[in-house]
Amino acid sequence: MILGLASPEAVPDLDPMDVLQLILNGLMAGTILAVPAIGLTAMFAVLRFTNFALASHMTIGAFAGFIANVSLGWPVAAALLAAFMVAGLVGLATDELVLKPFRASGFITTAIGSIALTIALENCVRFTFGNELRGYDLPIRRDWNWGGLHVGPQQVQNLLIAVIAMSLLFAFLSFTRTGKAMRAVADNPVLAAIKGVNADMVARLTSFVGMGLAGLGGMLIGLDTTIDPLIGFKTILSIFAAAVVGGLGSLPGAVVGALVVGVGEELSLLVLSPAYRSAVGFLAILLVLTLRPRGILGARAY
Amino acid sequence: MEHYAVAIAVTAGIYALMALGMNVIWGMAGLINLGLVGFFAVGAYVSGLLALRLGTPIPVAMAAGAAAASAFGVAVALITVRLRGDYLAIVTLGFAETLRIVMSNELWIANGTDGLSGIPGPFRGALPPHLFNFFYLGLVVAAVVVLFFLVDRLAHAPFGRVLRAIRDDEQIAQVAGKNVVLFKVKAFGFGTAALGLAGAFYGHFTSYIAPDLFAPLLTLYIKLSLLAGGLGNSMGAVLGAVLVVFFLESTRFVVPLIGGISAVQGAALRELMISVVLLVILRFYAKGLMPERLEHPALPDEAAAAPAQV
Repeated sequence: MILGLASPEAVPDLDPMDVLQLILNGLMAGTILAVPAIGLTAMFAVLRFTNFALASHMTIGAFAGFIANVSLGWPVAAALLAAFMVAGLVGLATDELVLKPFRASGFITTAIGSIALTIALENCVRFTFGNELRGYDLPIRRDWNWGGLHVGPQQVQNLLIAVIAMSLLFAFLSFTRTGKAMRAVADNPVLAAIKGVNADMVARLTSFVGMGLAGLGGMLIGLDTTIDPLIGFKTILSIFAAAVVGGLGSLPGAVVGALVVGVGEELSLLVLSPAYRSAVGFLAILLVLTLRPRGILGARAY
Repeated sequence: MEHYAVAIAVTAGIYALMALGMNVIWGMAGLINLGLVGFFAVGAYVSGLLALRLGTPIPVAMAAGAAAASAFGVAVALITVRLRGDYLAIVTLGFAETLRIVMSNELWIANGTDGLSGIPGPFRGALPPHLFNFFYLGLVVAAVVVLFFLVDRLAHAPFGRVLRAIRDDEQIAQVAGKNVVLFKVKAFGFGTAALGLAGAFYGHFTSYIAPDLFAPLLTLYIKLSLLAGGLGNSMGAVLGAVLVVFFLESTRFVVPLIGGISAVQGAALRELMISVVLLVILRFYAKGLMPERLEHPALPDEAAAAPAQV
């Protein structure tokens, strides 16, 4: 095998149904990927830095959901809410205590600080839970078969939850006063301050919601497979790819980017081994930065 | 024990090489590189593979390793240097991770996760093991000294002054007619060459490299070295690397003293300690032990004249 290319006999002739199945899987994976990607891009838009601590907050959310679901026996939907709340609160606390002071001293300091923070938090989880793979307590159900396309009921449920979470967020940003204030700060912080928007409050809310979405996304991804302390770090490249492809700082862009990256990663299975999934994300980043740095829906990249 | 001490000293030297390289990228040019370990790995793999598979003389293989790392560095810089720094951060981090995935899965390059063993070291067969370690320490120290003077020379040359001008205010440097992009790419290429050289030194010393050895934590160690020693100061970079290796090794002895924890918990605790120390230094002692001195031929030394005002 050269560079992970499957040998020609492994793909004898492309069955259109297989491609359709991959595209469907990609769209579902992309919708889930969009949840943390929105969190990342929202924090970038309002707080104006790339928060690498997103990885550990995904892990924290996944494990908070694990405690709620497996140890306390909560249903999955309630456990997902717990994942959102715990990761959001941890995000609020760590931003206030750790990252906020760094923001004044420039973006390199903040980026390194957020990397150190993510390793610290990830190791807190590792210290408590160890490295072994864990799974959620899910009912075993047969896949649905829609004219040859296979879909798992759990996948559909995850998809619906992701769509509901994102719809709530977009409604909040469009229709509430606080949501509008957040968009104002993202758009023009000086003007927002003149109009009396409390920037500190908006920053805190953004950290809470952004990291909450990261935690929710971490558990949603874990529901599909298993969880371990590295779950966040392993998926972070795909999430960055989603945010960059869609345009860093643009929320609708993050959704579009996540769908593109999700479908791209699945279609890559036609020619690449599954181990290269996140390498595909990196390739997408390089491609977009070379051709159109501001991404599909972004405003600027300078 | 002596064996151990010499091996630790070699590690400190290799860290110092990386710290000096990062000092050009981060300390002088103000560019971020979160994928330091990727360039280190390129140097280690290229040099190791050349020496092992093609029998290339070790010095030539090491030079090739440094050159390959530099080539990757220049490519990464060319793609991102016009954009906001955040993109360079994402791309460098992604580069290191992707490289690790490729090296783990492509068995034909270097045995995948099993790693590459039996990398030759200079005179490893001719010298008894303890003498080999001492000899290698001498080589590493010599490389650190040479690189130190190179970087120091660079810092005081017009090139270094332009880099610091770009770091402090890119627009003014541009207005002064400096080709900012070219300077940044050159600085990144030079720094990543040093990282690759450090990787080559590492591979030929331990004789074994594997993708798992190139984990992101190493990137933090070098940032810690630079911060502890004083960003932008070559002496500080070397001193910081020595301190960090000493600190890392001492956590190895402290953790077992805490009773009743498993090996995984011990490792987690060690990483936790290291990252917390980095956060504390970054927050409260960001100037380091030896802050960068702002020298000017006409103005008095600011650091001496106004020690309180930083």
